[in-house]
Amino acid sequence: MSRRVGMEVAIAAAEAVALCNIDVAAVYPITPNTHVAEHLAEIVAEGRIDSEFITVESEHSALSAVLGAAGTGARTFTATSSQGLLYMQEVMPIASAMRLPVVMVIANRALSGPLNIWNDHSDIMLQRDMGWVSLFAENGQEVVDMLIQAFKIAEHREVMLPVNVNMDGFQLTHMVEPIELPDQAEVDRFLLEYKPYATLHPDRPITMGAFAMPEIFTEVMKAKDVAIVNAKKTILEVWKEWESLFGRKYEPVAAYKTEGAEVVLLTMGSMGETAEVAIDELRREGISAGLLKLKLWRPFPFKELKKAVKGVKVLAVTDRAVSYGGPGGPVCAEIRSALYDEPERPVIVDYIIGLGGRDVSVEDFITMGKRALEAKIKKPREAYKFYGVRGE
Amino acid sequence: MTEKRWPERWQEVNPGCMVFTPGSSQEYHTGSWRAGRKPVWDKSKCIKCGVCYIFCPEGCIFADEEGYFAGDLTYCKGCGICAHECFPEAVTMVNEEG
Repeated sequence: MSRRVGMEVAIAAAEAVALCNIDVAAVYPITPNTHVAEHLAEIVAEGRIDSEFITVESEHSALSAVLGAAGTGARTFTATSSQGLLYMQEVMPIASAMRLPVVMVIANRALSGPLNIWNDHSDIMLQRDMGWVSLFAENGQEVVDMLIQAFKIAEHREVMLPVNVNMDGFQLTHMVEPIELPDQAEVDRFLLEYKPYATLHPDRPITMGAFAMPEIFTEVMKAKDVAIVNAKKTILEVWKEWESLFGRKYEPVAAYKTEGAEVVLLTMGSMGETAEVAIDELRREGISAGLLKLKLWRPFPFKELKKAVKGVKVLAVTDRAVSYGGPGGPVCAEIRSALYDEPERPVIVDYIIGLGGRDVSVEDFITMGKRALEAKIKKPREAYKFYGVRGE
Repeated sequence: MTEKRWPERWQEVNPGCMVFTPGSSQEYHTGSWRAGRKPVWDKSKCIKCGVCYIFCPEGCIFADEEGYFAGDLTYCKGCGICAHECFPEAVTMVNEEG
């Protein structure tokens, strides 16, 4: 039976990984993911799980170490944040090109500079095109659930891709939340044994990460793209199974009170819970507002998004990263592109908000909802707006 | 020179571009990248010192039965380092036909 515990989310993330019977972990601690690294190291040191914890000297080495271990058929895990994720970037496309099922939890944090340790999504948005499956957790429970699901998705024979689970730095990592922690037997039943497609072994020599001539490189990239697009089918299956076992439902685009909504806000990660309160308040004021929460970032859920915005007049996207000099925040740019061919699409407004840990309150969401409604009629619109920036 | 055969369709590529045949790199005949110039050894000037062999970045220079050096043009890219380093001036780069 699952047990309900009050636990810091970063600690719970480490506990969830420990339940997954991992073979090798290599984590270099960086704020705000340090507690994941520390607690997992403790679990291994205490002998609670039979795993190797490699104390590496950098994030580049951490991902390289788990990549090599994954090549031998080990179930592997790493974690990082912000600059650490950037330092891993060089290895990230290799993990996906080699089709190795590494699982990573990212405590999302702003990129330097100026130095800032607080939450936004600029680190993961920069890693958008590394070929990793990318999930966004809304609360501590989702971090735990998604980490266990991540191993099953990553290792599935139809997927064989690295997966990252995103949890907002501090806003999730350092919060103590009530969490249902599944027990070992439940996780074992769900995860099954990892049977790798191929392994490095001296008796059966194979080459992973071979050199590829221009004559073959395009075909390899096409195969990688098809693999991640098709991964959505497996993700949906895994989520369905999770729901039947644990009763908690996961969807690529989760909807909150969007029935007949005129204005719909869209969030990723932990802001969803604040926004829900704002939606209730807007509804009380007689404004038909709803909320969409994007939980699957890669592969992008085109079909589900199109279905979710049917009949919506205004869609207000919140972006926690900036594509400098670009068409708006990265999330909004993708949503605009996804809906471009739709015969009837909502007016889309983009608010860049909550950068570097700036508070986003219920009032902010109420204001955004109301302003977005005005945007429906007022033209021309700005492509994107820094919400709450001083000087405007 | 046998040409490397490529898969007809992307679906035939092994997942992760894994290679299950050891030693298959020998099928990559990188000498086809050579742009027009190849090294030629003059045995009357060669002192069998092996400097060309040591400096060749491709490792494609070998000694024949008599100890004279020659290049394996299957892998030679025509960089000319051997000719540059050969102090007895036994190696010259000559234009290839075609």
